[in-house]
Amino acid sequence: MRKEILAYFTPEQRRRLQSARVGVAGAGGLGSNAAMMLARSGVGHILIIDGDAVEASNLNRQYYLPRHLGMPKVTALSEQLHELDPELDVDARHLWLDGENIPALLPLADIWLEAVDKPAVKALLASHALKAGKPMICASGMGGVGGLAMKRRILKGLTVVGDFCSDIAWKPPLAPRVIQCSAMQTDAVLEWILTGTISPLH
Amino acid sequence: MRIIINGENEEIQEGITLLELISGRGLDPRTVVAELNRNIIAGEDFAAVRLNPDDSLELLHFVGGG
Repeated sequence: MRKEILAYFTPEQRRRLQSARVGVAGAGGLGSNAAMMLARSGVGHILIIDGDAVEASNLNRQYYLPRHLGMPKVTALSEQLHELDPELDVDARHLWLDGENIPALLPLADIWLEAVDKPAVKALLASHALKAGKPMICASGMGGVGGLAMKRRILKGLTVVGDFCSDIAWKPPLAPRVIQCSAMQTDAVLEWILTGTISPLH
Repeated sequence: MRIIINGENEEIQEGITLLELISGRGLDPRTVVAELNRNIIAGEDFAAVRLNPDDSLELLHFVGGG
């Protein structure tokens, strides 16, 4: 599987992808879909952190099936990642991110994809990443249908994608825009791994 | 006085703190990341930082969903 995935890349790109270590903070709508896309893109090492278990209400947008109900999300996701690519190195941690554990976890990956639900935890992760000089791709605004276009905003080492406005508190989290946002985050991670930089979209 | 917020010139009240500016825009300070003159300001310092003329401020406000 790994060989077929990597066939799209040059030898130098393959080397970069296989040695890349990507942290995924949260395994909900953004994180579960992003982790699968990272695996499909040939990333060699994925660290996933989430304290939650799969619920029926998650199945409208998250990369889980009825057989995963009740399982920790990180366990259900690891299982599917290994089903896709048995050689993939997955480090799954069943815990909630907070101000206490974030500083010790950030150094464990080269780049992070922020995929948590609560805006205060997003801001906490973003400010710790900026302080530590660790690249992080955050997401803000992906609720509802249609409406505002999603963009990529770059602030020093921090990249934020989304429409910056559609809070899921008042616009429901639906598969198309949640997965679009997750895909835009994964695209930025991949750009960083392959080119060493993240440029504005045009 | 004039400062630059997210690339736009804005007129703000003289001598206000970063916390007052963020709260005055109706934002919850716990959901905001602020970069003032290319330096990241920690959330706990928002109340202690006073804004000065010609400051350049980047405010990033997160909304929910993950």
